Amino acid sequence: MIRLPDPKPDVLANRERIVAGLRDLLPANAVIAEPIRLKPYETDGLSAYRQLPLAVVLPEATEQVAAVLRFCHANGVRVVPRGAGTSLSGGALPLADAVVVGLMRMNRILEVDYADRFAVVQPGVTNIGITAAVAPDGFFYAPDPSSQLACMIGGNVGMNSGGAHCLKYGVTANNLLGLKCVTIEGDILEIGGAHVDAAGYDWLGLITGSEGQLGIVTEVTVRILRSPEGARAVLAAFRSNEVAGACVDSIIGSGIIPVALEFMDRPAIHACEAFAHAGYPLDAEAMLIIEVEGSPAEQDALLGRIRAICERHDPISLKVSQSAEESLAIWKGRKGAFGAIGRISPDYLCMDGTIPTSRLPFVLRRIAEMSEAYGLKVANIFHAGDGNLHPLIMFDANDPDSFRRAEAFGADILKLCVEVDGCLTGEHGVGVEKRDLMPAQFTAAEIEQQRRIKTAFDPDWLLNPHKVFPLAA
Amino acid sequence: MSEALAPESEEGIAAAIAEAASRGEPLAVWGNGSKRAMLRPVQAARVLSARNHRGIVFHAPKELVIRARAGTPLPVIEAALAAEGQHLIAEPPDLTALYGAAEPQTLGGIVAASLSGPRRIAWGATRDHVLGVRVVTGRGEVVRSGGRVLKNVTGLDLCKLFTGSQGTLGVLTEITLKVLPAPETTGTVAVAARDARTGVAALAAALGAPYGVSGAAWLPEEAARRIGLAGAVALARIEDFAAAVAYRTERLRGELARFGAAEVLDEGESRRVWRAVRDAEPLGAAAEEAVWRVSVRPSRGPAVIAALAEAFDAKLFLDWGGGLVWIAGPAGVEAHSAVARAARAAGGFWMLMRGPEPLRAAVAVVPEEPEPLARITRRVKEAFDPQGVLNPGRLYAGL
Repeated sequence: MIRLPDPKPDVLANRERIVAGLRDLLPANAVIAEPIRLKPYETDGLSAYRQLPLAVVLPEATEQVAAVLRFCHANGVRVVPRGAGTSLSGGALPLADAVVVGLMRMNRILEVDYADRFAVVQPGVTNIGITAAVAPDGFFYAPDPSSQLACMIGGNVGMNSGGAHCLKYGVTANNLLGLKCVTIEGDILEIGGAHVDAAGYDWLGLITGSEGQLGIVTEVTVRILRSPEGARAVLAAFRSNEVAGACVDSIIGSGIIPVALEFMDRPAIHACEAFAHAGYPLDAEAMLIIEVEGSPAEQDALLGRIRAICERHDPISLKVSQSAEESLAIWKGRKGAFGAIGRISPDYLCMDGTIPTSRLPFVLRRIAEMSEAYGLKVANIFHAGDGNLHPLIMFDANDPDSFRRAEAFGADILKLCVEVDGCLTGEHGVGVEKRDLMPAQFTAAEIEQQRRIKTAFDPDWLLNPHKVFPLAA
Repeated sequence: MSEALAPESEEGIAAAIAEAASRGEPLAVWGNGSKRAMLRPVQAARVLSARNHRGIVFHAPKELVIRARAGTPLPVIEAALAAEGQHLIAEPPDLTALYGAAEPQTLGGIVAASLSGPRRIAWGATRDHVLGVRVVTGRGEVVRSGGRVLKNVTGLDLCKLFTGSQGTLGVLTEITLKVLPAPETTGTVAVAARDARTGVAALAAALGAPYGVSGAAWLPEEAARRIGLAGAVALARIEDFAAAVAYRTERLRGELARFGAAEVLDEGESRRVWRAVRDAEPLGAAAEEAVWRVSVRPSRGPAVIAALAEAFDAKLFLDWGGGLVWIAGPAGVEAHSAVARAARAAGGFWMLMRGPEPLRAAVAVVPEEPEPLARITRRVKEAFDPQGVLNPGRLYAGL
């Protein structure tokens, strides 16, 4: 279990006064302090951890966020930012003495400009909401985390979220142009804009993925892109993880950059097929979904090359989709993967390490050995193009020992990722979940240097102080 | 700057910085020093150069990564990538001619300056492809961030903070980059767009079309002539497999014909033209002239040009769909102020890329940050370089 910092006794003692102070700053319905109404904010996508906050505020404007943060700073109150609460690493987990700043009411799209290809949106707009707003005009916002129906762009910025298509289009950080960000001191920082390059230090890059440690983002300028003419997928099934991995190498080596390149192992194939009936090959050890874009003729040309490469790796089956509908069917199982695992196991932990792609067969072998040793099942989903591995560890939350083993198993997997020259987290963030593993990846001096940056933005350590950095002893 | 330190190892660089910090003696941080005429002059008794800490550490083509020491000349890296059919995604410019530099740019220099070329508009900037760094901070400590994998959100992203920090926070010693397969071929649609407004409209149409345009520049007549093209021209580049390039350039030529007579430049001509655009050759900057880069939202490029036309006889051209204005003109405070005014009025940024030392010492070479950000800049600088020994004053006076 992960230790949370002790609540500040003076803050708990002054609860009434703090809530009254917040009510003075915000509209009446924007401050929540009744325990029953605080309940929905006690956890996020890492539901094994729960903690009721001191209060929740739901501001509707940047100035309100600034006023709340200035107040919290003046009163030494800790603050936890929250979007949709979909974080899988506990990024939105409250503290007993913290005010949760929920950004879901800041959900407007402020500007869309097709000539300059950007949109200005508030943090509570959902990821899919941006694409939905510009799709009728043939544009899209590229990063597409699995939770894109629910997750909000503010959280995407906080976690530097990825998705299945970042091999070609990059992650959140690569698709932002500007931010409005409020510091704990209540200053409103205007960073970047609709232009692509800025001078000075890259605050945009530093704040993106900083997990709410540096400030609260209240406005986001994203790059939007013209949608390709079309996209189609191939489903290829193989006899072993090694062969599938070699096939991935051959595809990249041929000069093709597929827009997505997804890998599933045998347990993942079976779980997804049982759930989605997508026609996945149950006799395969590993399966790839490879997607390409372009005009119909270009798709044909690329799919032809990919088919030829796959055939050199003795596939069990090879299905080239002939239409957008067939592609959708191929993706259906993969996109429903988390739900599928949820059906066969009462609970699961979704891990998120990244590894050099060449180490995949070795890492999967080691994970299988650990699975035996811990007595817990695991299914592996892998963004094969970029090395981001998602082992789904199945356990039963009603059995404390099973949860303890699942956490230890997960930690061992992440340490293994670091050992093979990868990293603890590819797109979910450190949060509370991986906080205490940070020393596996960084030296004490490196963590201290990151903490100094945190201190430069948040001298009193009031913003999300229980996340990312191991607690000071 | 009489004495140059050029250690061959990271330990040597760390020792030099630790010593300078203990004495409070500023260091000018260089690779090969090719961009020493960029930004503000640094007052330092000694130069610390990374040029002898060089060499490719590894190149894993199938994992799309290369790692090299900071002093490695950029051409060495480009050649290693080319041997495996790959390239640098952000297409960093080779500014040695612009600076009259005798030695090539280093990897560390291009990352510290965060310079990107035409492909930036479609595929991202140099900062988007820095996967990992090793740095010696102003404290003399070695710090790593990122690594060798393409997706990594573990801890704060110091890779982006160091990229473009101009050697003011630490000395880069090792850099890992994402690279991509070089496209099989390339072609360019050239549209005779007489004025900037028409040119930028054509480029917006090109970038808003589903053909993956990877370069979008507009050259006024004089700039076009300098690189052997006749008349003002909007250029839209496609890079892909041969069949796709043939299909897309033809489609694009048809769609852009409404902006002016449109033709397709073949592979050889296309490569030549974009290399010239990348390296700012259409500017034709004379040795005594100053050079600026202004970054605005693309549709405002023409407004910057119009504003400058009233101030001085500027040489210029547009890249990044109109969002990057390259400018050359008189190396004086008056012209600089006009550039800064035009950039500010268009809601963008400027950078004094080249100029005589007195000018660079006298003006804001990049926009000053407003106070809340300036305060954070000072605190972050202090966090990395408490003695203020690394490139003091290079970005902002007093920092």
